[in-house]
Parts: sequence; C-alpha cells; structure tokens
Amino acid sequence: MRYHTPQTFEEAARIAATGSGTTRFLAGGTDVLVQMRTGLVTPDDLIDLKHIPGAYDITQAPDGGWQIGVAVSGAALGEHPELGRAWPGVVEAMELVGSTQVQGRATLTGNLCNGSPAADSVPALVAAGAVVRVTGPDGTREVPVEEIPEGPGKTALVPGEVVSALLLPPRGAAGGDAYQRFIPRTEMDIAVVGCAVNLTLDGDVIRAARVALGAVAPTVLLVPDAAAALVGSHWDDGARARIEAAARAAARPITDKRGTAEFRTHVAGVLAGRVADIAYRRAKGEQT
Amino acid sequence: MTTIRVTTEVNGDRVEFLADPRETLLDVLRDKLGLTGSKEGCGTGDCGACSVLLDGRLVSSCLVLGVEAEGRKVETIEGMAPGEELHPLQRKFLEHAALQCGFCTPGFLVASKALLERNPDPTEEEVRYWLAGNLCRCTGYDKIVRAVLDAAAEMRGAG
Repeated sequence: MRYHTPQTFEEAARIAATGSGTTRFLAGGTDVLVQMRTGLVTPDDLIDLKHIPGAYDITQAPDGGWQIGVAVSGAALGEHPELGRAWPGVVEAMELVGSTQVQGRATLTGNLCNGSPAADSVPALVAAGAVVRVTGPDGTREVPVEEIPEGPGKTALVPGEVVSALLLPPRGAAGGDAYQRFIPRTEMDIAVVGCAVNLTLDGDVIRAARVALGAVAPTVLLVPDAAAALVGSHWDDGARARIEAAARAAARPITDKRGTAEFRTHVAGVLAGRVADIAYRRAKGEQT
Repeated sequence: MTTIRVTTEVNGDRVEFLADPRETLLDVLRDKLGLTGSKEGCGTGDCGACSVLLDGRLVSSCLVLGVEAEGRKVETIEGMAPGEELHPLQRKFLEHAALQCGFCTPGFLVASKALLERNPDPTEEEVRYWLAGNLCRCTGYDKIVRAVLDAAAEMRGAG
C-alpha cells in the first residue's frame, strides 16, 4: 500500500486518477480503517487528505453560507458555536454518529461518501440543501448532496474524483432544521429510521421546506411530497397528518435485523411529524 | 513495502519511528515504542480499550494509522500519572474497585480524563454518554461511573 499526503485536492485527484488498483481517500478513517482492518478493502493507494490546507476549517462566506473542510470531526463541528446556531439539525445529526472516540475523527464528508443509507448526517445535509464541491481530473463541480449516494456503499463519484469541501447555504431569517433517528437503545447504534426537516417561515406560515428520510430505501431520500405537505400551513394538525402520510408513502424499506419494513414505514411517519415540530419551533426562535 | 519515517510527540517526548503505512498507531505504540498500556480489544473502533488523545482529541488508536501521527501530539495512559503519584482518576478506580480484569481500564481512564478536562462537573448521564464507546465486560459500569464522579468531585475541591 502506498500512502500519499497530497498538498492540494488537484494533486489528490491526480493520484487517484492515475492509480492502477484500489484507491481510498483518508480523512477521519472511521470507515476506511475498519474496512482495511477487516480485510474488506485493501487499498493500493491510500490518499490522506489531512495535509491539504483548509481540511480542518469551518468558514463562513460573506453571504452567510458555510464551508466545512473534509477533515472536520464531529467533535469539532459540535464545538463550533455559530454553526450550531445556524444549522442545529446538521450538527445534532453528526453528533449521533458513533462514540466519543469516533466523534474525535469521523467527518460529514466521510459519512456521506461511505454510502450508507442509514448515515445519520446525510438526511440532515440533504434537508439543509447542502452541496459538495467535487474535484476531479476535469476540474471542479458542485453537486447537491442528495445526488451523491447511489446505493449501499455506492456513490456517484467517478474514479479520480474527490470531495474537496462541503457547503451549507446561508441559514437566513426565520429558519430551523432538526434531525432525529429511531434506535432501540439510547446511543451507539445505527438508525432504524432517520428523518430531517428544514423549513423557513413567513410569519407563522411555512414558506419553504425540505424533508429527507434515512434507512428506508437504498439511499437517503429527499421527499418533496412531505415538504409540500408543510408549505403554506401554520403547522397545524392537518399539516402533521399530511407529512406523516407523505413520509410513509415515500418509505420503501427492507426488513432486516433492525426492524421490519412495516415498522420502519410507520416510524418514518412518526419521526417526520416530531422532527417537523422541532424544526418549526426552532424557526420560531424557541430553544429546543 | 516502503516504511515511512514519522516524527511525533508521545506524552511530551519527541519520538521517531519507521512505520509500515498499514500499521495502526496502536501497533506502533505497543510494538515499536513499548507502550503496552493501550490495549487492542476489538481492533475496529468499537470497544475503546485503545483510547488515546491525538492533538487533545479522544480517539481510538486502532483507527489511526501510525503515519498519521506525523507532527502531532499523542497522549497515552503511560503519561497519566504525574511521576510516582497516581492521577486522582487512577486512585478512585482502585478505591471504588472499578476494575476486575483491567483490560478496559487504560481506555476508561484516558477517556475519563478527557471528559473531566472539558467538563469538571459532569452529571451521571453525561459520564455514561461520554463513556458509551468504552466497553467493560466485568464491572457492569456502575463502579466506573461512581469512580469518575468521585474523582471529579475531588479534583474540583483541589482546584
């Protein structure tokens, strides 16, 4: 195995594009090293992205948007006061991943690129309208997060492409986001169902919304029908019933050891209602 | 296989070693540097027995490559006791019998020290959540949690 420490993402992409065998990018390593240790993947080229300037940085653009470096850990994300106020749902989702030790290394970008349909941070990123910057042999492009996962362990990135930054839009006024998952214990588990809601208000009325579900399909789902159930409402009982129904209609889960398809479908609705309630109250400025 | 020269700091001392890039930091600590306090329980980041601080951040050293330690600071259980004195956490673990076989103990101590440096007055719930990534198959955790809370109280009193 060759270990590389490129100084730029262009160089990282070049190494990956010209590699002859299996390539893996290394940021937090909490998935890649497990795959290596269990013999699932033996990279010929391991490309450590942490020597690239900016990899550990969280920066806010003049328009209020955020750029999150590929090596920013869950712990660092959770300690950033302004980001936590702007996008509490994204931060709380990432903080649900793994143990304190895993939080010390695991990254949002890694959680996305690992391609798990149950990844906790991905529904929150999708609901937030996050975009990844992808650097490849043909230059750099920006891709909405929901277009990256293609199935369990599979992404839309082609060989030689590397995620070089994660971008969150400006929060703006009167907005709120939230994420919850169902697990049968209190921590250290993988989502049976996850749900994220991001919305903005005009007075008491929901003006715009994005809803995403995790662990109920081969990829994290953006659910436009669930968002449409909210828009124009005052978050009343009718809206709650509509988002629950829309979330259940969008869920197409499998039955496995974590839960049956029927249970997951039911819980998708329950969580959609609860999470929309939290997002609405956050958008109203309540502390939740 | 090419080995890579790595310069790092372990428990305040500058250290150099040659690492196969596949070797974990845990392998390097135990087999190259003779620091066998960090244990390998699972090797996949599930049990916390190999907990160390990397640039002040609690991590599982089995999920860090030795070559990643270049230019960084590593703190292990061997650096916990100041000289001949035990660290208050170590003393409280003994007083509360918060260990039986002892295999998980270095990881619990390193993780608990990291908690108390961030939060000198944690609730029981905060201790349990913080230590959720450290597995103990002997004690049932209650004595460990009590030892951590007692050490925290003593350290607050001393401060």
